Amino acid sequence: MSSVLLEVKDLEVFYGSIQALQGISFVVHEGEIVTLIGANGAGKSTTMRAISGLIPVKRGEIIYKGQRLNKMPAHKIVRMGISHVPEGRQIFPNLTVMENLLMGAYTRTDKKEIEDSVGMVMERFPRLKERSAQLAGTLSGGEQQMLAMGRGLMGKPNLLILDEPSMGLSPLLVEEIFEIIKTINRQGTTVLLVEQNAYMALQVAHRAYVLETGRIVLSGNTAELQNDPRVRSAYLGEIA
Amino acid sequence: MEFLAQVINGLQLGLVYALIALGYTMVYGIVRLINFAHGDIFMVGAFVGYFGFTSWGLPFPLAILTAMVVCSILGVTIERVAYKPLRYAPKIAALISAFGMSLFLEYFCSLKFVFGPNFRVVKRPFEEIHWNLGGLTITNIQVMIFIVVVVMLIILQYLIFRTKIGMAMRSVSMDHNTARLMGVNVDNTISVTFAIGSAFAAVGGVLYAVAYPQIYPFMGIMPGLKAFTAAVLGGIGIIPGAVLGALIMGQVETMTSAYLSSQLRDAIAFSILILVLLIRPTGILGRTETEKV
Ligand SMILES: Nc1ncnc2c1ncn2[C@@H]1O[C@H](COP(=O)(O)OP(=O)(O)OP(=O)(O)O)[C@@H](O)[C@H]1O
Ligand SMILES: [Mg+2]
Repeated sequence: MSSVLLEVKDLEVFYGSIQALQGISFVVHEGEIVTLIGANGAGKSTTMRAISGLIPVKRGEIIYKGQRLNKMPAHKIVRMGISHVPEGRQIFPNLTVMENLLMGAYTRTDKKEIEDSVGMVMERFPRLKERSAQLAGTLSGGEQQMLAMGRGLMGKPNLLILDEPSMGLSPLLVEEIFEIIKTINRQGTTVLLVEQNAYMALQVAHRAYVLETGRIVLSGNTAELQNDPRVRSAYLGEIA
Repeated sequence: MEFLAQVINGLQLGLVYALIALGYTMVYGIVRLINFAHGDIFMVGAFVGYFGFTSWGLPFPLAILTAMVVCSILGVTIERVAYKPLRYAPKIAALISAFGMSLFLEYFCSLKFVFGPNFRVVKRPFEEIHWNLGGLTITNIQVMIFIVVVVMLIILQYLIFRTKIGMAMRSVSMDHNTARLMGVNVDNTISVTFAIGSAFAAVGGVLYAVAYPQIYPFMGIMPGLKAFTAAVLGGIGIIPGAVLGALIMGQVETMTSAYLSSQLRDAIAFSILILVLLIRPTGILGRTETEKV
């Protein structure tokens, strides 16, 4: 594959005295969709938060486009081209849909280009267009997820980090969200995807890492992993 | 007529309280902290304005501006020194720090080489003029306070709802981490909030010094507590609530003094605080929401 966009090396993260990540390493190449799968509490969200600068790195390295992100504050990491759509959507409930999208473009300055991006996002998520003046807190769960993704795209990221985009959505909407992820990726955005829904994640991603209690226990191409008996029994709900 | 005159007196007081209450509510909104030193920032504003238009010979508007600048710097410094290190610590720590800061400012300003401990009578920068409107008397000071406060409120409204920094402030008030993920510098945004709140308190201080012409280092305590009550009454964290609460407090206080007893004034004001906290802690405009930690 092409060049390395993000490299995580021996990453260790603590919450107080609790060690959430026990030294994990993985790479994301430009143009890929890479997924991190694992059970509740495995450390998926923690990994994402460490990359985007929300929690401090204890040991190890996070290197993006050749630059070390370890000590960089979150608001500067965004400016490097990383958009993180956090777990549980985290839209701003008291801002309108439009204002939420504009917050996604906070680091950008060209008004005209921002308007173009708003247009593109609205086209991709027509429901947001109808509701652009509505307070985001009044949207349904699915609509909020679309807003969260739209807001993430407003930053024109090179790397889009999605933490459980399918959480709490109906099967139909899950399909739709994953279709959109594939489209976004085809149009040139690298995607790092965290999912509980391993079945869907393995279908859209090129490569996957399996995380268990703060450690990576398996990795490989999704085509191979889908047939791995360990993955089949633990994450695809098959009785081995 | 007598009653209407009292309403106008109450409005004058309420408008000044509004300028102070806004700072409490904005700061609470963004860091969920009651800045108990806010009343003392108001006091510093009153002194700086007073020195401005007396000793330093500044034109009145420039004296207000100077007080705003000094208090903004003071407010930002207080946040960086006393609150920022405790931002994600248990709330009680920052609250104690706020009390400490308040006492420090009061006693520091009482030192001889600062403002000194004594009362000073404020020599007004302009003569008080009384206009008689068919039995009702209105003063130029009342008109000035009304105009200044309304202009300040319009500026604030614009700032918060029509500018990028305003949107950043609103996003930070909802969720620090998500605001960070958007690229907002949360520390700077909090500083800006303290600066704006303190500048408003400064204007309040100067207007107060002109309207009730006597200043001293402990003068911030009572108006500070009343404005805090106003912010809680309107719904802490809610900007229109602070103004509404302040206008009510101004009326209650004035009416109590006029028709009951001026000795009851403070007791009734603080009974309101206790009642609100007991009956409707979210205030008049507040929605019932569980506090985020
Ligand atoms: N703020 C926190 N304070 C203390 N411990 C935390 C905190 N956040 C997460 N943890 C712990 O760190 C570990 C990893 O959590 P993390 O949120 O990264 O898991 P996850 O893989 O994203 O799980 P899920 O699929 O449920 O979202 C868990 O044991 C969790 O309890
Ligand atoms: Mg998670």
